[in-house]
Amino acid sequence: MQNVLLMCLSVVAQIEEIIGDGEAVATLNGVRKTIELGLLEDDVNVGDWVLLHTGYAISKVDYEQARKMLDAMELADSL
Amino acid sequence: MKEYSDYLTELNEKTAALLTKITKYCKVLNRQINVMHVCGTHEATVSRAGIRSLLPKNLRIISGPGCPVCICPAEHITTAKELAKRGNIITTFGDMFKVPDTTLKSLSHLKAEGHDIRTVYSAMDAVKIAEKNPDKRVIWLGVGFETTAPMTAYELMKKPPSNFYVLADFRLVPPALDLLLSDPEHELTGIILPGHVTTVMGLKEYEEFPRRYGIPMTVAGFEAVEFLYALEVLLKMMVDGELGLKNSYTKVVRYEGNPKAKEVMKKVFKVVDAKWRGIGTVKQSGYDLNEDFREYNARNLIDFDISLEYDLPKGCRCGGVILGKVEPEECPHFLRRCTPETAIGPCMVSDEGTCRIRATFREVR
Repeated sequence: MQNVLLMCLSVVAQIEEIIGDGEAVATLNGVRKTIELGLLEDDVNVGDWVLLHTGYAISKVDYEQARKMLDAMELADSL
Repeated sequence: MKEYSDYLTELNEKTAALLTKITKYCKVLNRQINVMHVCGTHEATVSRAGIRSLLPKNLRIISGPGCPVCICPAEHITTAKELAKRGNIITTFGDMFKVPDTTLKSLSHLKAEGHDIRTVYSAMDAVKIAEKNPDKRVIWLGVGFETTAPMTAYELMKKPPSNFYVLADFRLVPPALDLLLSDPEHELTGIILPGHVTTVMGLKEYEEFPRRYGIPMTVAGFEAVEFLYALEVLLKMMVDGELGLKNSYTKVVRYEGNPKAKEVMKKVFKVVDAKWRGIGTVKQSGYDLNEDFREYNARNLIDFDISLEYDLPKGCRCGGVILGKVEPEECPHFLRRCTPETAIGPCMVSDEGTCRIRATFREVR
């Protein structure tokens, strides 16, 4: 992840460990990185997925909404 | 238990279904449809997946001003270079490291000359460098859109060491969108909003746009299938004659955005008139540090005057490319003098620049 220097690029990573002081360890494809949780309002637990931008979590991924979006893609054509 | 391949099959089927629907809607609309996105990462999604080659002929995807490095004014880079020459440590994202100012020299050239310029992944890394080098000034180049601005604000709220400075040139998406939509040279029929800018800012500030300009809008994610889904939602709105704003990236974007991120930005920044490279000054379109944080403002370290009349190299058409009026292929330098290895224009330097992305992922029709 250190090589990813794109600015507006954000990646979804999974929380592996909460290390206190508003920090956590997140993993993505086997890359582990200490991330900052201070900008996040939601509570996060180990196993949650967060949207990560330049080392800071900016949103918690809503599984229900993610599923809903996938389901919406299947809706019968109304034309 | 579903296997990984099952998910892939599911996604493939959905992608095919989305493309069928998109084709149908375009047939029903039976006119030229111009959809603009305003995010460099969206352009990367579209180009990498070859989405344009799959779309009907009357649907055009236009890349708007979504690359933060490309629109960062040349003065910012010139200022950073001057500060580096005065013995300060410059910390920046990798993309900014490579962008030339009008002299065609970038911060990377200065590093080669022996100046202390360090690329970092995050604003917190820049603060750590300041903590480790108390006898030097450490300048963090604060550039980017609303997605990237909260991190700098957050670090400043935590009271970093007094040798930490920020050269803030953050830019805001809504004023740029206003400029594009009121431009008579554009015939835009739909807008795809940036998913991560809206993750931070929410949807409220865009609500007025669809009715003001008579154009539907939706927020899109960054996987190819998520982008196609947003495109389908947008076309459906056009077919139904619906002028509205829909969220097609609900897994991370909430209506209110990220309240904590918005709060820190409000405390640290003030909205200012700001220059966009290749475009000019746009009213109330940037963030600079407010008076409460003036001790951290790197502009206070500047005792020299930097104002540039021309901010692009001769012949470079980045200004038009950024505004979505010129395709990279129309620029005389594209893949001739200006290539990913020998970039002269900002749109070719940055990994999020339209020219760079088009050069990397050549289209097959």
